[in-house]
Amino acid sequence: MALSGLQIYKLLPGSSKNPEVKKHANCKECGFPTCLAFAMKLGQKQAKLSQCPHVEEESKSRLEASAAPPIRLITLSADGHKATAGNETVIFRHEKTFYHQASLFVKVKDNQADAADVAAAVGAYTVDYVGMDLTLDGIAIEDAGGDFAATVKAVKEASSFPIILLTDDPVKAEAGLKAAAGTTPLLSAATPDNWEAMAKLAKQYKAPLTVRAADGDLNALVELAEKVKGAGVEDIVLDPGVRDYSSSLAVFTQLRRLALKKNERKVGYPIIAFAGDDPMLAGQHIAKYGGFVVLDSFSPGTAYPLLVLRANIFTDPQKPIQVQPGIYEINKPQPDAPMMITTNFSITYFSVANELESSGLPGWLLVADAEGMSVLTAWAAGKLDAERIAKGVNTFGIADKLSHRRLILPGHVAVLMGELEEELPDWEIKVGPREAVDLPNYLKTQWG
Amino acid sequence: MPAIQIPTQKWSGKVREVTLGATAADGGTRAKTVTVGGATTLPFLHFDGETPHAPVVAIEIQDRYPEDWSPILLEVWGDAAKDPASWAKAAEEKGADLIYLKFALNDDLSGDYARKIVRQVLDATGLPLIVFGPGQVEQDNDILVSVAEEGEGERLVLGVCEEKNYRTIVAAALAHGHLVDARTAMDVNLGKQLNILISDMGLPLDRIVMDPTTGALGYGMEYGYSVMERLRLAALQGDGMTQLPMLVTPGEETWRAKEARTDEGVPESWGDWTERAINWEVLTTSTLLESGADIVVLRHPESLKRVKGMINALMSH
Repeated sequence: MALSGLQIYKLLPGSSKNPEVKKHANCKECGFPTCLAFAMKLGQKQAKLSQCPHVEEESKSRLEASAAPPIRLITLSADGHKATAGNETVIFRHEKTFYHQASLFVKVKDNQADAADVAAAVGAYTVDYVGMDLTLDGIAIEDAGGDFAATVKAVKEASSFPIILLTDDPVKAEAGLKAAAGTTPLLSAATPDNWEAMAKLAKQYKAPLTVRAADGDLNALVELAEKVKGAGVEDIVLDPGVRDYSSSLAVFTQLRRLALKKNERKVGYPIIAFAGDDPMLAGQHIAKYGGFVVLDSFSPGTAYPLLVLRANIFTDPQKPIQVQPGIYEINKPQPDAPMMITTNFSITYFSVANELESSGLPGWLLVADAEGMSVLTAWAAGKLDAERIAKGVNTFGIADKLSHRRLILPGHVAVLMGELEEELPDWEIKVGPREAVDLPNYLKTQWG
Repeated sequence: MPAIQIPTQKWSGKVREVTLGATAADGGTRAKTVTVGGATTLPFLHFDGETPHAPVVAIEIQDRYPEDWSPILLEVWGDAAKDPASWAKAAEEKGADLIYLKFALNDDLSGDYARKIVRQVLDATGLPLIVFGPGQVEQDNDILVSVAEEGEGERLVLGVCEEKNYRTIVAAALAHGHLVDARTAMDVNLGKQLNILISDMGLPLDRIVMDPTTGALGYGMEYGYSVMERLRLAALQGDGMTQLPMLVTPGEETWRAKEARTDEGVPESWGDWTERAINWEVLTTSTLLESGADIVVLRHPESLKRVKGMINALMSH
């Protein structure tokens, strides 16, 4: 966690108890009039510690540690595809945002005949959600007594996704690492029994390393992480060894709190979580602190909702999802179908589109560019006015699609009617309901 | 090496306990009651505080056969959906904790009609009952006042009670011993404000459930998720007007979404229809449970089963 200016000041020569250091208090060699002024600038990241020639070694290491992210960023890669986890700064998404969306890995076993086919299907899977192409992130290969290296090789050839090597056997691990050459896989896992050999391999092959404890024992987990760190492995991933809903939620929450609220560096790493075949457990891991999430199988009917869930949870609450402004067709509208105006805030758009779709009534939607705001908010902020709507009508070529000249304005902005009639003299402006839920009834009774 | 201290969080606030339904001993006819709330922690963090009551699952039934529902739902409920009484029985058999009866929008809705349907459902099931109007202020007022009279003393939940009509609904709840579902758009302050208005009319806070509205997965769920997380944090920090259990309707939201409703003209990447639809409903629901939902209203019995399993797993510790 970043230190405040005052906390930094306590580490500078001006606050030192060592007379040899203290004598340099406020020496101005850093370019600032006092140690306190320098500390404030450091806190704001407007100065560099190296500007102070007299800072003590111990202070230096504490200050440098505080500048590092509280949860280390770990990146797995292959062929241009990356899976990253870490660098998170908050417990709840509304506090700021979650930065690195949980990476979804699908597991195959080394004794599974169709491992390469599964890997190929996972790698090829893509689905569109509000104009974004969502994909999974990687393949985890489990040592189940088969030919581990051959499976790694086959998977690597079948997809260009990053790989997680799930084996506790250092011999198989090394064979897997060799087969994965040219990529950065995650080696999973070091345990109290094999950590020396695993740490050596991780260092030699420059692979991040998972440390695994049993049953959520955080002290054992930290002890192991410190050991592999002592052996020279910096990129560490945590597996606290819990697999069920209740313990996963508890232990992952504790780890996140320790890293962010207690500034506990020893657990400042992302978490690998295993969801088995349960989409709801995978969903919990996505929302509650899993960094790399491993699923036991792949199926589009499960992958699609999980990818959408992830997109939702990792959306920056300050930057709502927008839909592309333009003309949208609902239920195959003909030229005589009604044309309704709404905004490009995704929730507004979906509310309107959903009501129409489920009513079965055909219609056209003119989605105005309101910079991602809802109708009332956009109107209040001056982002939805007669001019903008008229611009949409004229640029999207609406007239060509319709056999009539009538537009339905959202009830919340009925006040725009007069101005809009001036902007669009050939059109009749009708005022629709305020709420999307009332649209079907309005169309049934007022549109004929 | 010093041992890692588990970072626990103790809160000063507590979610209010609210009991739905009344047995004969309390002036009703329910075989059992359902109590929600009472938590002194964020959802399921048993190392932080107590969660005396598990979240519960209601199954939505409608007053008449919902022809516009997804064929997946119509098929699974079969003939039971043609009659509210048999539908309520079927839902109880599938393991629902509560019955949520929704009156569909219809021109010939009347107080007398609603009274008749509610009586049939009350007679058919021993579970506590939540009764929602179609969500149109005038019709809601008309039928819910009659429903409140018919269900005298049953501690029904009447909904929706929103800013536009809360006076009528709250007066009916006060007069006949019921609860209300206080619904606002997804917003912390609007939610608080409505609770204040309702309690100012004299309805005790333990007869209000808060309904912050939700969107389905992919359709704004994350807004509801964060609003609920913030409401629950405010409750635990001691803000009395947010210390109410939360009710959400992920079933209705999910089955309006194209992903669940239909398989016509959808991309191949959406996968198997039933698998996708059930996942849509359970993932919307499970994510809302993780952010503080106390009562979730579902539509599909398979979703009910899976969500109950998830709740049981999260309650164990």
